[in-house]
Amino acid sequence: MAEQMTGAQSLIRSLESVGVDTVFGIPGGAILPAYDPLMDSTKIRHILVRHEQGAGHAAQGYAAATGRVGVCIATSGPGATNLVTPLADAHMDSVPLVAITGQVASANIGSDAFQEADIRGITMPITKHSYLVTDPAEIPRAIAEAFHIASTGRPGPVLVDIAKDALQATTTFEWPKFISLAGYRPVTKPHSRQVREAARLIAESKRPVLYVGGGVIRAGASEELKTLAEQTLIPVVTTLMARGAFPDSHPLHLGMPGMHGTVAAVGALQRSDLLICLGARFDDRVTGKLDTFAPDAKVIHADIDPAEISKNRHADVPIVGDCKEVIAELVVAVHDEYEAGNRGDAAPWLATCQTWRERYPLGYDTPDGALSPQYVIERIGELTGGDTTYVAGVGQHQMWAAHYVKYERPGSWINSGGLGTMGFAVPAAMGAKVGLPHSPVWAIDGDGCFQMTNQELATCALNGIPIKVAIINNSSLGMVRQWQTLFYDGRYSHTDLHSARVPDFVKLAEALGCVGLRCDTAEDVDAIITKAMEVNDAPVVIDFVVNPDAMVWPMVAAGTSNDAIEIARDMKPIFDEDEL
Amino acid sequence: MTTHILSVLVENKPGVLARIASLFSRRGFNIESLAVGPTQDGEVSRMTIVVNLDDQPLEQVTKQLNKLVEVLKIVELEGSGSVERELALVKIRADSQTRGQVLETVALFRAKVVDVATDAVTIEVTGNRDKLEAMLRVLEPFGIRELVQSGLVAINRGGRSITDRSLKPVPPVPVRPPA
Repeated sequence: MAEQMTGAQSLIRSLESVGVDTVFGIPGGAILPAYDPLMDSTKIRHILVRHEQGAGHAAQGYAAATGRVGVCIATSGPGATNLVTPLADAHMDSVPLVAITGQVASANIGSDAFQEADIRGITMPITKHSYLVTDPAEIPRAIAEAFHIASTGRPGPVLVDIAKDALQATTTFEWPKFISLAGYRPVTKPHSRQVREAARLIAESKRPVLYVGGGVIRAGASEELKTLAEQTLIPVVTTLMARGAFPDSHPLHLGMPGMHGTVAAVGALQRSDLLICLGARFDDRVTGKLDTFAPDAKVIHADIDPAEISKNRHADVPIVGDCKEVIAELVVAVHDEYEAGNRGDAAPWLATCQTWRERYPLGYDTPDGALSPQYVIERIGELTGGDTTYVAGVGQHQMWAAHYVKYERPGSWINSGGLGTMGFAVPAAMGAKVGLPHSPVWAIDGDGCFQMTNQELATCALNGIPIKVAIINNSSLGMVRQWQTLFYDGRYSHTDLHSARVPDFVKLAEALGCVGLRCDTAEDVDAIITKAMEVNDAPVVIDFVVNPDAMVWPMVAAGTSNDAIEIARDMKPIFDEDEL
Repeated sequence: MTTHILSVLVENKPGVLARIASLFSRRGFNIESLAVGPTQDGEVSRMTIVVNLDDQPLEQVTKQLNKLVEVLKIVELEGSGSVERELALVKIRADSQTRGQVLETVALFRAKVVDVATDAVTIEVTGNRDKLEAMLRVLEPFGIRELVQSGLVAINRGGRSITDRSLKPVPPVPVRPPA
């Protein structure tokens, strides 16, 4: 006998049934019915945020930190449209997310009613799937399917838009026993013939590189990756989304590739004869000018999303599957190749790559009297470490955080890679901390980014979410300013934020219920970081006032070949080709 | 520029057409014609999409389409192995002087008169693109007052059906019991 209840109760019961323990949201007219039973739920903690964008990024941070589906709730119209950026972000970075939005009553849909927006139509290109529910009986199935779709295959965001009258109506709660989606069957198990072909190429190759993307983190395949790398002694590069997928301290690790990649990582890809691409997607920020990328390399491309394979770069050996299964099978297949006596000599190549890494380490200047942003970030990484999770916004500080914090564990690095969403850090750190209450979470943010979403610090302060926020304050939109320096003759059009004067970040932090600290000299950096680490009953914001002229290096200018990488302005590395 | 005919079986649910149109628009694929209608299975609709591709391979289009949860199957129909038809309704200027010639053309192309007025006839013609274009060229001098064309529909020749294998049941995924 199915239970009678309102659609709203059915929604909350459905969320409990899929195992939701945390939701981030803001109530409003159309979603109001759902908030009434939510108040009674003993299983779900609702965190009232200050802006729906914060709810969405918090759900992303929660998902990235825990591997579970993040959930955010908003009302119709503006509440829903404020979720557009997090949905797009989650879509680009394959974050499992379910967004629940209230919709105006079904009779009013299409009438330009108060707070009406066609959020399903708006988000169609930026969601993995979406539902518009007008029949309350469909709520349990829609929720069950939404979580299944969000968390399986290539993870992504799913929107469930529910009309207000469906929430108010009396219905029966019938929880589905099975999900049967005729058009949705993600392939996780790789084709064995493709795996064998890949193993053959790996065994024969002379200059192979493991090009590792965020898919390895989403698949939880770091252990398998380490086994494969150590078995084959193939150098590894980890993309921005994959930082932490392979330990930075590992001798086979060459660092991050791409526009701001290390010389060793970029150089190795360019000179490789075989790219083993695992859960990465040949993004333009990695490849530079596509037709000059890794010109001599054959490509093995493994991804759970078949549409990524051969999208940008032709794959000689396509492998559709979950990275965990793919890599595990590759280990066995490569072992078989070696046993059969098939093993090329890749040792000189590894030595060469390692030489590049030694010759061109990451580095930065320390001008007199100025605090180097890289130094601040490096010290945060060294003094915290262990089980700390680092979350970044977008821009210079993000690139420095990707380089100068040493990542040893998957999940220790969370950022907005594909969409490049400024303002991601504070709310995402909040979500990560909710998911991992017992380990430290540091947001490394820019002064521009911070001013986009810092209101969520009030949420953190009131809900016992003691994150740390290090503002790398260079008083400007630093990455844009860097491009103006390099490509616009130093004409700084609208990039000076004057954040050294306004706002006063320490006072702002205090006003938001946080501890505010400031640091402007290198001598004080360690003491201030240590002081922040000692505070555990409130969020801490540190205003690191840094040198605005610091730039992110190495760099490949947009639209040029990765061969044009510069280690500093007008300085190109020298690759001794005859070493190969 | 290459033209491909795709038969796409989709779940018969609201919003599916919008999803497909949105996908084509976002990915920069050009739709030349699109026809949607029911199939013998009430839960399945069939779209025939004619797509023009510049540089993207067809593979990218089908892979992206396949990612849509409501898309069940995609088959490319090749010219010689399939029958393709479009339907046009054409209103042609025709008075007592010219009506005879118009009707002659209509008969020549095995079209059908569906309405007659003192100054016009409306005809229905079915065929492939070449036939329709040829007929319209001949009718042009009389004066085409109105023209409406359906999208192309197509079906494979022979006894096999593309719906046979697509509708096999998917193994259902068990859901954990309710809280």
